[in-house]
Amino acid sequence: MGSLAPELSVVRVSAAGDPPSARLREVWQSRELLLFLTWRDIKVRYKQTALGAAWAILQPTLTMAVFTLFLGRLARVPSDGIPYPVFAFCGLLPWQLFVYALTGSANSLVANERLVTKVYFPRAVVPLSAVLAGLVDFLIAFLALLVLMAIYRVAPTPAIWTLPLFVLLALAAATAVGVGLAALNVRFRDVRYALPFLAQFWMIATPIAYPSSLLPEAWRPLYGLNPMAGVVEGFRWALLGAAPPGPMLLVSTLVVVAGLAASLAYFARVERGFADVI
Amino acid sequence: MLAVHAADLAKRFTIGRRQPYRTFRETVMDALGAPFHALFGSGGREPDESVWALDGVSFDVEAGEVVGIIGRNGAGKSTLLKILSRITHPTRGYVELRGRVGALLEVGTGFHPELTGRENISLSGAILGMRRTEIQRKFDAIVAFAEIERFLDTQVKHYSSGMFTRLAFSVAAHLEPEILIVDEVLAVGDASFQRKCLNKMEDVGREGRTVLFVSHNMSAVTRLCPRTVLLEQGRVLRDGPSHEVVSAYLRSGLGTTAAREWPEPSAAPGDAVVRLRAVRIRDEAGATTAAANIRKPVGIELDFEVLEGGQRLVPNLHVFNEEGVCVFVASEVDSPWHRRRRPAGRYVTTAWIPGNLLAEGTLIVTVAISTMDPVTVHLLERDAVAFQVVDSLAGDSARGDYAGPFPGVVRPMLRWETSVAPAGADEPRLASLERAR
Repeated sequence: MGSLAPELSVVRVSAAGDPPSARLREVWQSRELLLFLTWRDIKVRYKQTALGAAWAILQPTLTMAVFTLFLGRLARVPSDGIPYPVFAFCGLLPWQLFVYALTGSANSLVANERLVTKVYFPRAVVPLSAVLAGLVDFLIAFLALLVLMAIYRVAPTPAIWTLPLFVLLALAAATAVGVGLAALNVRFRDVRYALPFLAQFWMIATPIAYPSSLLPEAWRPLYGLNPMAGVVEGFRWALLGAAPPGPMLLVSTLVVVAGLAASLAYFARVERGFADVI
Repeated sequence: MLAVHAADLAKRFTIGRRQPYRTFRETVMDALGAPFHALFGSGGREPDESVWALDGVSFDVEAGEVVGIIGRNGAGKSTLLKILSRITHPTRGYVELRGRVGALLEVGTGFHPELTGRENISLSGAILGMRRTEIQRKFDAIVAFAEIERFLDTQVKHYSSGMFTRLAFSVAAHLEPEILIVDEVLAVGDASFQRKCLNKMEDVGREGRTVLFVSHNMSAVTRLCPRTVLLEQGRVLRDGPSHEVVSAYLRSGLGTTAAREWPEPSAAPGDAVVRLRAVRIRDEAGATTAAANIRKPVGIELDFEVLEGGQRLVPNLHVFNEEGVCVFVASEVDSPWHRRRRPAGRYVTTAWIPGNLLAEGTLIVTVAISTMDPVTVHLLERDAVAFQVVDSLAGDSARGDYAGPFPGVVRPMLRWETSVAPAGADEPRLASLERAR
């Protein structure tokens, strides 16, 4: 038994595993792979479809049309003085980004089973790349929103520069839930069946088709426990000049940070066993 | 200077009731049930069984060494590879790896059928651990090695399997890690490409890189690796010069599946009429073997004791392949004992399977002894023995010079009869040319 020469980096594989700092560094070192996987997901997304990327516009547009007809016109749901179609589309935009990132990342590890069992890389790269892949659809739909705003003569507010922060918050929220669910999905395939229900449930609990101003002022910070409430209201404030989200946004941000920490901690605890149970 | 230092590696897997993945309901039910089982003792779920896929494996590999790893299916090779390539972690022990590790456990890891060859080179390279600049630098070499220049911008799903394999191996071959771990990937592609891959791996070894090569292809192991480690039941059984380890492995009939004996008559399969005492796989020289050369006859020997004389006993065999397909059934019809009443005594009968008949792979033999009219099965021993049929790339077996996957339940060497009708009298020169050769 000799000892290993020091000049090349030595990797030790043992039952104990690496400390969290080493693993975070490894994820950072794998950022190129992360972007490659994102690029793959984007490239493959609309392969062999007739409408292609038009789906990115079609989905929110049709949902918006249904909302406008049934909720805006028939149920007379208020929209904070904003034309209802613009109001609904602006809410759908971050929502679709969120739900795409969430379902994509939650299913990502199981969908990439071959990779997980055949090659080593920091596993977190897979759900993270799935989260980023949603951005392309978002950008396409965002252009559609700008067109819609022009039609209804709604000008963006000067606060539009804050929009990337809300996009970031939506992605962080999706990561917080998606990364945890991805790890859970490896062990419990129930996640696959729970996801559509979760998405539907969550959408109704998010002020997309209605404004959060329907809630009494005192309750609104509590509503921020649903981080997407903060994101959607933030979008409307930054783009359409609706009332600022205020303390609701603070609550949402805190929820996302706490969720992200818990989710990543769980992921780190179970990721080494993925190849054995997937 | 060591490249790999493995110390007491062990890996436990849980089997039995537990499924590879569970549903949430099962976990909840177990969790809810646990207090009751604890309170009322028995009636709980039986404890999960566990197996040690690896159990105390230690070895060192010097930098620049090329080491083969062999062993039967289930000996722990794949688990060892997965630990070395960091895909899974050991339950006990550790391994230290010096330098970048590249693992080829599969050809085409990370390939996506919808993407073009060009795109897949980047993607697969990144997944195997190459930097973007590195991929760009090696791109031309990868394409040239794979010989797919013309199809670079074609979707991989339109590739032939040969093209796909060439491209996938080519990306992996250009990884240039300090430690290369290769699993059986050479078992694909046509013979000329395989030779190219073997040469490439030899180059890798000559460049001073460390190679760990797991294979069932004994001739490749002997040729590529000066040293071989033989695993059996999760332990290192032998570690030494390849030709010694490989020939010991082929001779041994490891795990005694090639021979089963029942020294105690009362414990032997059978009834009051006949008892089975031994089943052995033998080669032409009479030696017990677990590995039969595909070209050579292999014998299945039944050693049985007739306790009650006067019966017309018919020994018979059912031979199954790895997929559970019954390759053939045979019964003793051409021996002097056919349709004759046997006096009590000890009988040894060997059924010879001709060479160039069976396909490569594992064959599992069920043996039985029955009487006819009415049909009575006096003994039946399922999966009594097993043996491997091995083929090499020498080119004189039924696969010829083709080294790729060769399907079929049997692999007979056929006699081919060829007649030629010359392509018309207006081309007599071609015929004379043929004759001149």
